[in-house]
Amino acid sequence: MSTPLVLTYVGFFVMAAITLGGALMAVSARNLIRAALGLIIALIGIAGIYFVLEAEFVAVVQILVYVGAISILILFAVMLTRGLMKRDLPAQNAQWIAAAFISLAMFAALLYVALSTNWRAVETQVAGDLIPKLGTELMTTYLLPFEAVSLLLLAALVGAIVIARE
Amino acid sequence: MIPLPFYLTLAAALFCIGLYGALARRNAIAILMGIELMLNAVNINLIAFWRYVKPAAPTMDLAGQIFALFVITLAAAEAAIGIALIIAIYRSRDTVNVEEVDLMKW
Repeated sequence: MSTPLVLTYVGFFVMAAITLGGALMAVSARNLIRAALGLIIALIGIAGIYFVLEAEFVAVVQILVYVGAISILILFAVMLTRGLMKRDLPAQNAQWIAAAFISLAMFAALLYVALSTNWRAVETQVAGDLIPKLGTELMTTYLLPFEAVSLLLLAALVGAIVIARE
Repeated sequence: MIPLPFYLTLAAALFCIGLYGALARRNAIAILMGIELMLNAVNINLIAFWRYVKPAAPTMDLAGQIFALFVITLAAAEAAIGIALIIAIYRSRDTVNVEEVDLMKW
């Protein structure tokens, strides 16, 4: 790894700020198009986090699948179901205070576990180009889950068409 | 290298923001967005553990990345089915507000 440590820190904090800012926008914006835009920003920030972690392939897949496909799907759904949210209705439901409390309690619990556990983390080097190895692993060790996931995608494709058909 | 808890804290924050979105929003599509954020938080954890924690068996040293790839695939399937359901509900009930979709509520 030849990246200086300071640069890694800067990259991490910039990407973390983009991710959390986008996520907050996604859950708080009243306008759904704006919420979807916040979601896209958050997903790009997460791809940046993967780059900081030197998982380049997952980062590119994240941009292709999430930013490229899922966000477009969500934008389409927003536009297809437009104007049905009554204007005077708040975006949050009546239980939002309880939801915020539960989320904060969950955050406190996760933070406690993350900071108090000894993770036995080691400083490892990423050994060269991992993408050929990733492909080999998918076709050998993880062949059965790989095929199961292909079948699931096919079922989801057919199911989505059947459910959404007029 | 950046300490591992930095990534875990970021993932925890993202997960809880997503949880809040899934619990507090009225619009079904916004709830779906919250669920996507939660899935992404889990993926950050998977990749961070792949980078920082050595597995016991050397054949498993890419497991974190491959798990993350499977989670991304499942999230895509989940989003497609979820949006198809929302559009079907919108067609029959003329709403995507989850509080008005209460046909099966006792």
